[in-house]
Amino acid sequence: MSVAEIKYIDKPHPITGLTNGKLGIWLFLASEVMLFGALFSSLILLRVGSSDWPHGKNILDVPLATLNTIILITSSVTMVMAWASLKMDRFDKFKLYMGATIALSCAFLVIKFFEYSPKFSHYEAFLKPAAVSKYEDHLTGKASISGHIEKQTDDEIVFKPDTPKGDHGADHGAEHDGHAEHAEITIDRADIHRLTSFGPWHSNFLGIYFTMTGLHGLHIIGGIVVNAWLLFPGSVMFRKERERFEGRVECAGLYWHFVDLVWIFLFPTLYLL
Amino acid sequence: MVPEYGLWLPPDISTHGYQVDRLINVLHWFMALLFVGWGIFFTYCLFKFRARTGHRANYELPNAKISKWAEVAVAGFEVVLLFGLALPVWSQVKSDFPTDEDNPLRIRVIGEQFAWNFHYAGPDGIHGRTSPELMKADNLIGLDMSDPDAADDLVTNNWMHIPKNKKIVCDVSTKDVIHSFWIPVLRVKQDAIPGMSIPVWFEATEHGDKFQVACAQLCGNNHYTMKGDLTIYESEETFNEWYESMAGDGEDEEEEEE
Amino acid sequence: MSTDHHHNPGFIAKYVFSVDHKVIGIQYAVTALLFLFFGFCLMMMMRFQLAYPGEEIPVIGGLLAGALDPDTGGFLHNLAASLVSSDGFLLPEGYNVLGAMHGTIMVFLGVVPLAVGGFGNYVMPLQIGAPDMAFPKLNMASYWVFLAGGIVMLVSFFLPQGAAQSGWTSYPPLSVISPGQTMWLIGMVLLITSSLLGSVNFIVTIIHLRAEGLSFFRLPFFVWAQFVTAFLLLLAFPPLEAAGVLQLMDRVAGTSFFMPTGLVVANEVLNVAGEGNPLLWQHLFWFLAHPEVYVLILPALGIVAEVIANNTRKPLWGYRSMVYSTIFLGFMSFIVWAHHMFMTGMGETMSIFFQTTTMIISVPSVIILTALVISLWGSSIRFTVPMLFALSFLPMFAIGGLTGLPLGLAAADIHLHDTYYVIGHFHYVVAPGTLMALFAGIYYWYPKATGRKMNTMLGHMHFWGSFIFLNAVFMPMFFQGMAGVSRRLYDQTLYYHGDAVQSLTRMSSWGAWCLGIAQIPFIINFFASLWMGKKANDNPWEATTLEWSTPTPPPHGNFTTVPVVVCGPYEYSPPDKPDGFTPQMTANA
Ligand code: HEM
Ligand SMILES: [Cu+2]
Ligand SMILES: [Cu+2]
Repeated sequence: MSVAEIKYIDKPHPITGLTNGKLGIWLFLASEVMLFGALFSSLILLRVGSSDWPHGKNILDVPLATLNTIILITSSVTMVMAWASLKMDRFDKFKLYMGATIALSCAFLVIKFFEYSPKFSHYEAFLKPAAVSKYEDHLTGKASISGHIEKQTDDEIVFKPDTPKGDHGADHGAEHDGHAEHAEITIDRADIHRLTSFGPWHSNFLGIYFTMTGLHGLHIIGGIVVNAWLLFPGSVMFRKERERFEGRVECAGLYWHFVDLVWIFLFPTLYLL
Repeated sequence: MVPEYGLWLPPDISTHGYQVDRLINVLHWFMALLFVGWGIFFTYCLFKFRARTGHRANYELPNAKISKWAEVAVAGFEVVLLFGLALPVWSQVKSDFPTDEDNPLRIRVIGEQFAWNFHYAGPDGIHGRTSPELMKADNLIGLDMSDPDAADDLVTNNWMHIPKNKKIVCDVSTKDVIHSFWIPVLRVKQDAIPGMSIPVWFEATEHGDKFQVACAQLCGNNHYTMKGDLTIYESEETFNEWYESMAGDGEDEEEEEE
Repeated sequence: MSTDHHHNPGFIAKYVFSVDHKVIGIQYAVTALLFLFFGFCLMMMMRFQLAYPGEEIPVIGGLLAGALDPDTGGFLHNLAASLVSSDGFLLPEGYNVLGAMHGTIMVFLGVVPLAVGGFGNYVMPLQIGAPDMAFPKLNMASYWVFLAGGIVMLVSFFLPQGAAQSGWTSYPPLSVISPGQTMWLIGMVLLITSSLLGSVNFIVTIIHLRAEGLSFFRLPFFVWAQFVTAFLLLLAFPPLEAAGVLQLMDRVAGTSFFMPTGLVVANEVLNVAGEGNPLLWQHLFWFLAHPEVYVLILPALGIVAEVIANNTRKPLWGYRSMVYSTIFLGFMSFIVWAHHMFMTGMGETMSIFFQTTTMIISVPSVIILTALVISLWGSSIRFTVPMLFALSFLPMFAIGGLTGLPLGLAAADIHLHDTYYVIGHFHYVVAPGTLMALFAGIYYWYPKATGRKMNTMLGHMHFWGSFIFLNAVFMPMFFQGMAGVSRRLYDQTLYYHGDAVQSLTRMSSWGAWCLGIAQIPFIINFFASLWMGKKANDNPWEATTLEWSTPTPPPHGNFTTVPVVVCGPYEYSPPDKPDGFTPQMTANA
């Protein structure tokens, strides 16, 4: 054995029972726990300090997110299958399952895109206190109207308001068709205190929603890059250093389960509670 | 009184400040003692155990029980400092707020880049409503004149006025960024945190007009100019005289309501 | 020819994109030394404004004012415009830029990269008998990400907005509304990423790659210090990364995580959603930044322990209690952070908790320092240059530690918080403390890395100059702070209490400039010794730890035979060899 060889690259260390890579990935995940832990704590703090924190289901698209949850859980399963296939010496199946994992991850991102994009064309006009009574019938929030902008001039905005949702509209909303067209209304710009789309700047709720799901999305992209590398160029290692390659797939899997787990926490915290 | 400023603590003219000073002084004696004792041992070692012919290091480690005792003593002293000297002052400053019986003078202190505004409630003892939308160059704290409680209010800019021998409660807040309300001679320091109004209380024991209010927290380019004058009146009467003279006079350099 | 090429990697692979921990260590160390020097230069400019408020800065002021001429290049113009007026004196915003960048550069680009990236990388694998780090490529990546972060910080000086100017603590809302902060945040995210990569690598290496026979309690104390430090970096940095991302969102995406409702800047209500909390940042920041203090100090303690054991020719006293104290410090450092926030309106219960934990955390520091001093007893002290630096570390670190006590007690903090007392306190820890230890490390390991010793006479000049002038710079700050002078203050003479101690400020400034001059012998020594230094053998200090059992300089892969460790780290003057020492390693032929 050469003096210059780094040990435990493919064989586990006798005491820890882990290879270098696996110990490393566990440590990395520990730091990721701190990262998302800090963000979840911030979320709680902001929520506690807020005067009206919206219910996620009123603003966000729960069906799409549910679909995404299922997709992500499935991708975790295919990831395990990919690794198990390697162990069973079925390289063809590994390719299949790894490919499926990547495809599912991409599907997750595509759905995420469809979840994000309508937010930027959906507006909310917060009214000045004095003007609230003027638009009484159209309010969708405490003192605000949300909807889509049809037309705007320098001093007026033509708005197509949403079906009133939320606390006072909930029981009606169940009976109405969710997409019922409401009549257009014209809002005087002078009555508006703040006009904003449902982007991160809308409120701290949407801010933290975009920040956390965005960061999670970056983790998904990272996972796709790693998995794609393992599937294509990286897989030559399978023939040369089999154990090491299995170790790599396993580490990628640990990471992938972690990303999945973060989503399992994000989904109820943001969409359901 | 013209205070003497020097190398150690600035003069203290508050009722609670002597305790802060006592804590600081005791602590520094303690630190000095520790450092000197430790330093003597250190220097002695450097001299005694310097490498020289005929001297060789002893492999055996000294059985230094004394170090354990020293450590226990330090820890013990820290406990005494914490519970004997530090916590009582802190709890007095934080929790023993003047009650209605003390009839304290309540002043709202509003920081902004780069000035301190002081909002006095006037004879009715109630501060008029303020709102951010009304904050303009001629109404720095956004006082809402439609509120009847605002009618007798007074706002001063960078000049704080208080009577001596009276408990003062300041509600510290800020319009923009974080500032820190800092009156060295009164041993008062409180960060002004946006979105919050935090009360502090104190009582002055001297009068005079050579005092200053400072900002202790970096708040932007001209943080260093964010200082106000502090005038302490000899009695409540003289303070009230000042108040009435101001309340009638709208053309003063200070910001105030009509 | 082509096979030959395969065995001898080219210059670029060997010295630039190298995966060898020793090359990476040296890259880190040299980069960090340059940044330290740069951060110090920023401070020397600030010290002029402090000593002579509103006067033209000699030489530099004129040069920069010249660049204000609209004809000059855009980048230089940007630099000058954010710093000086047309008369060549420092602008208040320039002062804030220099202050914020001094703090940031010194901490994140100077001391940590030198102590961890430099010394940790170079020495730790050698001391544990490993051929390299566990993940050499990751190690290389960590350096390049660090460098990218540093470059982002430097480039920010030349952009139209200038560099960050809200202090190294970057408290919002000020940091959200001030120019220059975006680049700072991007730079920080890169630096944090680099630290995370590094810390994973360190921990895996120390757990897995120790030589045969090198149990945890035979590790040199330096390795322990790096081990605990790596855990601090691993667990404390992510919350700052989270905070940095949130602040970046506040700046570029218009969110208001740190902005409450109804902020009025320059009489205009800010058009943001509001409902944010500025204190959230402070909690997240200090949750990192207190452990960060130990990141700055633990590697320094490690170096000092090595140098002291070696030059006292005697085992360290209380090695185990030092190790336990270090681990305990690591844990405790996560629950003291809010002692930086006593003045934010904290209630009584919370403040009692944090005052108590702060008093508790001072105990292990006392134990470590005591152990190091008692280690002198019964020894035979060689006053070599590294030893002088290591010895001077002890009293100055003691001053830094002791002055932390008043700041940890909320009642005393009423007067001292955010004054120069704080500046004096933490500089005694990181400048006369850590910097002196880092110098000790440089003089100590230089012969291993280069094969030559540094010059002793220049070393003495450097030592005495630094020792005297560091105290001249920082001792007056305690008195300034006691008098009540706020930190981050462009001109203290506007205040009665500040004007009274202006002479101290001037003294401190002259101290700083002389300190700069005192570094000249070091710079000469550092470079000249590369060619002219006395040739050193493999173990010039007659030291026991493993790095001295390798060839000098160590080849790629470090050891020529597989190291096997037979004893503890500091077997100096053992009974069987009263005038010698037992190296930790026997060659396993
Ligand atoms: C050796 C020469 C050094 C000198 C002369 C020096 C001087 C100073 C001074 C005078 C200040 C206060 C500026 C102000 O409040 O306006 C300051 C701030 C600071 N220094 Fe140093 N320093 C030195 C080294 C270091 C080192 C080695 C570190 C860190 C490892 C460091 C970290 C800091 C930090 C974090 C601040 C606070 C910056 C802020 O207010 O945001 N300094 N320094
Ligand atoms: Cu300020
Ligand atoms: Cu701390």
